[in-house]
Amino acid sequence: MNLRKYLKVYKKFLHTSLASELEYKTNILVDLITAILSLVGSIFLLSIFFQNNGYIGGWKFEQALIIQAIYTILNGITNTWFNPNLTEIVKHIREGTLDFVLLKPIDSQFFISLKKINPSGILEVMLGLLLLFFCIKINQINLNLSFLTLSSITISCSICILYSLWFFISTTTIWFVKTWNAIEVLRSFLYIGRFPLNSFSFSLRIFFSVFIPIAFITTIPSEVFLGLSVLWKILLEVIVATIFLITSRKFWLFAIKFYSSASS
Amino acid sequence: MISNKINRKIFTLLKVQYSNMLEYRVEIALWAISGIIPFFMLNIWTNNNLNESINISDVLLSRYFLSAFFVRQFSVVWVVFSFEEDSLMGKVSPYLIQPLNPFFRYFAQHLAEQITRFPFALIIAFFFFIFNTESIWIPNLGILLLSIVSTFLSFLIQFLIQSIVACLCFWTEKASSIERLLFIPTLFLSGLLAPVVSFPKYVKSWIYLTPFPYLIDFPANLLSGNETNISGGLSMQILWIFLLFPLFKKIWSEGTKKYTAMGS
Repeated sequence: MNLRKYLKVYKKFLHTSLASELEYKTNILVDLITAILSLVGSIFLLSIFFQNNGYIGGWKFEQALIIQAIYTILNGITNTWFNPNLTEIVKHIREGTLDFVLLKPIDSQFFISLKKINPSGILEVMLGLLLLFFCIKINQINLNLSFLTLSSITISCSICILYSLWFFISTTTIWFVKTWNAIEVLRSFLYIGRFPLNSFSFSLRIFFSVFIPIAFITTIPSEVFLGLSVLWKILLEVIVATIFLITSRKFWLFAIKFYSSASS
Repeated sequence: MISNKINRKIFTLLKVQYSNMLEYRVEIALWAISGIIPFFMLNIWTNNNLNESINISDVLLSRYFLSAFFVRQFSVVWVVFSFEEDSLMGKVSPYLIQPLNPFFRYFAQHLAEQITRFPFALIIAFFFFIFNTESIWIPNLGILLLSIVSTFLSFLIQFLIQSIVACLCFWTEKASSIERLLFIPTLFLSGLLAPVVSFPKYVKSWIYLTPFPYLIDFPANLLSGNETNISGGLSMQILWIFLLFPLFKKIWSEGTKKYTAMGS
């Protein structure tokens, strides 16, 4: 199987992009401070919401912190892999360099999605993990095997959904050429993931579960952490994640049929 | 004679940039949509009755967030990203030869973009009123003019801050990451996500000395008819502009002395 080949190629990707990113060491530090400040800011915002209320949408402050932790981890993953790679698609298409990617004897989606890495995002993931451990402590969650499996399943599904959303929007570049701002729209919607879904009105809840499944991304894993989650929700998330992954793959294969390289 | 010449310059710059921006209508429409976060925040506030504790009625709060949306739409600044790209690509050199500070070009770009954005912002506001008919209001002419002035002043403050950051491009290649760092306090302290009146006392005691509440909170309060100190707010805005402008001039002259064109 050529799995070994892909692993080898990925090692090279890691090596080259880390080497180029580490040229900008202060930049990594600035990005880390940005991540810390943005977490502090959201906790500050949460504390405003909770200053006179014990519960928001049925969540206590300590419980809502879990959502912040999971959001920070997922945001770190976005900044490590999705953001640097998938914004590159836009550049490939504008400058006509997608030809070079398509000509390589390697899967184009693999190449495009994993070529680059941004090390400061990994620090953000660690920051999120730290907060998550703190939350496990203050919410007195006892770690057992079934809890660990369920939480890792739901978080991996969230990552898959998130990846598919990013990849889907970046793929539309093949028709529209400039989609920087479509990514901005996605980002602003994803911001909702910082708050429990139940704190929104009914119509917005429907919107964020059916059209843009942000509900699945952070709320369901957090419910697993609190032991509130029901089995059908977890199953639903697995199904949604699978559908998203398959569709985004199909969409990419469909889209590159329409790619005509520069000057053709 | 001289003023005639200057007028012509301003007019030409604006005309060129406006026709340039009209080419990117879809992109600007998407950008306008990505600014709807205040509406999601409003949904959290009213859906959980959080506004009862700060004594703002539902109607006034929804007007506040709509005004915050408008103020944000017309005070978005991205000069550092344009300048960074231009300076990395070596496009700054020809600009420097011209008898016009390149920042006038960026300034005209921003103004032209705001004109293009205006109809889209109106459409979004129209949809907002369909869902919240009770919050329709017509501010009186004087207040409307004052809030336009204060929104423009807020735009000027942000433009100056970002231009100062942009000038750091003369020393470093990644000035935009410093901008992303500065954006975090702007996001959380300016009143875009929660009105400044709702902030806890330990923050309110010092926040009015910083420029942040004058960026969104003050113009939005003015426009929405919430209680605010009009003369105090306007004079603080002007004070910040007078503080920032000499700083910008200084860093610009230092930077251009430092600048070496590519290949020199």
